[in-house]
Amino acid sequence: MVMDVHVQAYREEAYEYLAELESSLLELEDHPEDADLIGRVFRVMHTIKGSGAMFGFDDIAGFTHEVETVFDQVRNGQMAVSSQLVTLTLAARDQIKAMLAASEHGTPVDAAESVRIVAGLRELSGKGDRDAPGVTAAAAAHGGETEPVAVTYRILVTPVAEIFASGTNPLALLNELRELGPCQAVAQLGRVPAIDEIDPEHCYVAWHVVLTTDRGIEAIRDVFVFAEDVCELKIEVIDDGSASGGYKKLGEILVEKGELAPDALAEILASQKRIGTLAIEKGVHPEAVTAALVEQQHVKQQREERQKQESAASIRVPADKLDLLVNLVGEMVTVQARFTQTAVERRDPKFKAIAEEVERLTGELRDIALNIRMLPIGSTFSKFKRLVRDLSAELGKEIEMTTAGADTELDKTVIEKLNDPLVHLLRNSIDHGIELPEVRAAGGKPRQGTVHLAAQHAGDSVILSIKDDGAGLDREAIRAKAVERGLIPANAELSEKEIFGQIFAPGFSTAKQVTSVSGRGVGMDVVKRSIEALRGSIEIDSRRGEGTLISIRIPLTPAIIESLMVMIGGNRYLLPLSLVDQCVLFPKEDRERCHGRDMVNVRGRMIPFIPIRERFGLAGKRPDIEQIVIVEMDGMQVGLVVDYVIGEHQTVIKSLGPAYKDVRGVSGATILGDGAVALILDLPQIVQSVENEAA
Amino acid sequence: MSERAMNESNQYLSFRLAEETFAMNVAQVREILDFTTVTKVPQTPPYMRGVINLRGSVVPVLDLRLKFGMSQTENTVNSCIVVVELQEGAVVGVLTDAVQEVLDIEPDQIEPAPRLGTKLNKDFILGMGRHDDQFIMILDVDRIFCLEDVGLTGDEPELDEACNG
Repeated sequence: MVMDVHVQAYREEAYEYLAELESSLLELEDHPEDADLIGRVFRVMHTIKGSGAMFGFDDIAGFTHEVETVFDQVRNGQMAVSSQLVTLTLAARDQIKAMLAASEHGTPVDAAESVRIVAGLRELSGKGDRDAPGVTAAAAAHGGETEPVAVTYRILVTPVAEIFASGTNPLALLNELRELGPCQAVAQLGRVPAIDEIDPEHCYVAWHVVLTTDRGIEAIRDVFVFAEDVCELKIEVIDDGSASGGYKKLGEILVEKGELAPDALAEILASQKRIGTLAIEKGVHPEAVTAALVEQQHVKQQREERQKQESAASIRVPADKLDLLVNLVGEMVTVQARFTQTAVERRDPKFKAIAEEVERLTGELRDIALNIRMLPIGSTFSKFKRLVRDLSAELGKEIEMTTAGADTELDKTVIEKLNDPLVHLLRNSIDHGIELPEVRAAGGKPRQGTVHLAAQHAGDSVILSIKDDGAGLDREAIRAKAVERGLIPANAELSEKEIFGQIFAPGFSTAKQVTSVSGRGVGMDVVKRSIEALRGSIEIDSRRGEGTLISIRIPLTPAIIESLMVMIGGNRYLLPLSLVDQCVLFPKEDRERCHGRDMVNVRGRMIPFIPIRERFGLAGKRPDIEQIVIVEMDGMQVGLVVDYVIGEHQTVIKSLGPAYKDVRGVSGATILGDGAVALILDLPQIVQSVENEAA
Repeated sequence: MSERAMNESNQYLSFRLAEETFAMNVAQVREILDFTTVTKVPQTPPYMRGVINLRGSVVPVLDLRLKFGMSQTENTVNSCIVVVELQEGAVVGVLTDAVQEVLDIEPDQIEPAPRLGTKLNKDFILGMGRHDDQFIMILDVDRIFCLEDVGLTGDEPELDEACNG
């Protein structure tokens, strides 16, 4: 049904508005005087209410109306923003979200909560009854603030011809305007065609309205807020309540309203003395006339500029369309690589030139396509502000969250996948890291703890960090627990990093109590796995009594890595270039000198190596001169024996699929320029399995 | 016997493995390719022959003959890779010695698989389809490439049921 599509669209937009509302409210708490923020909050409320009513969400419309009423008072300066108000409004936002969810999934809504919120809001605003926000009543309730001034506006209402099709009735809009104050509307019938040409479903009438109201220009705009697309609106202050005496001349008004072409007016006036001249004759300074004209122009221009900027420069696209696009771009890149390869083989210069151009364009296309999916991580950070606020309140702690690098961009799926791990780490910081205010004060720390979230680019990765100034990790306790759980032998010598790394083992937790928030020990290993699934890494650094710093490194483009291509047993394989340290020759004589031990002397150091060929059971004869690629991982150097090194290769990673997820040693595959499949070696896994076999 | 598979279509693709003819429901067949280079992934069972490049995607290829206990599929001029889509959306390629034709077999022409008399695990067979006085074994590809084959390790209760239930 057509209606369902609109209802769904309303819901999606409403959820977006609610997200915006939340962040605006949190910001407002820190900047209670900011008129922009107040206006934003009010407008969101108003829109949700209006659209809600239009699509039959009467409960949402009614509830939102209450909240909007209170914020209207804030907007008019009759009420200040308090922490209480913000808390109540946040609760209201949650309630609206629950109502939306209820309409979608049928989950029940707590009606008592609505009543509680409304009562709380009414109490704050000091209103006893449920009237529409009458101007005088509001002014009386918190009198003593600035008296609103009656301003006269010139409003040009020009509906588009198809306005009726959108369900909007221009007369209803005009009636709403009338409610704002003394109002005169004159219909403009100039565009109405002859009766045999009239389309009864089109609107040809425009209105010129003069309205005097003390509700402010916002109130006028609000009337048209959701008729924005179907009705052109021009509002001008023609009397701001300060001027007295007569008003502009008829000719001026006509020209100002565009009814009379300036040159026509000029002609008319040429037959009389010009107004400016008359004005000058009357003693007005010529520059004053020029200045007045300039001012007129200027203010008009300013308004036009503002309108242009407000129209959105972005477009909403369903995520799966984007995914399709990125997939196609990926296939294109692959085919283009083959194309270039063939062109090189053909040795045809014209062909090669075209291939080069295709390569350049495809490269740009790929960069842009990948970039489209990049979003600033700031939106995730703002979500966390709410979490920190609520959680610290729940635990009786005082915590402030600061952020840095909110505009650092990450791939959309990466951000989504990072959400849960980050939430878990944040909760840990708040629950276990930051101490209670009394404890902190006793220890000479400020009562309020700080959690600092930061993101920054570093080479081809992004580094996210969560830093708290809490109690820090207890190294000895962790070590003891790890020994107790059999994760490390009692006498093992471990570096600080390695000890902290034990936290990531499954089932590990040193929390004395399991709270509802954390402590069950199922979180950290999942966090580590999620991050490794994104091909990232996580590290912990901590000072007892000072705090903890958790650093997460995620590669920017999960899909493409720089690798080294090698040949082993007639097949091509790829190694991540970032791990490669050096390559050395491995002639037969050196091999024999090993006496069966897999170690080789490289410039005075003994480096263990792995004979991949045997390991993979590859057929064929070993070449007399092989090469060893020495890689460095976790501070250790290991060599891999290959037939020969081919060279660097920019690799688009293709997953092998779930069929191969248990295979050790291969992390993915790629399609080479000639269409062949080459496997990407997972060095840490290979080394691990060799170690396991040796043990 | 899976009702769903039967109801999908009454058309079946017949193919040959060694001397025997089998069939599978066309609803699950995505495409048919020539036997191209298959890149072996190390340390995998022999019947997982490796992966191929299918228009930029990496698709695993399984050797049905080895799975059925026959000798390895040879690469002849008639050999084909039949790309099938399994219940959970997984896409795999199946090596065959030759692909024959698409047959119309009505549900009433399909008899349940015999308990004895065939070397194959009867769970792999949906039924015996009768066509022109011949009996063709209709394979249940979802069952054949169950669980560990396609890397779905039993976290999926529906598939688990389909395989074991």
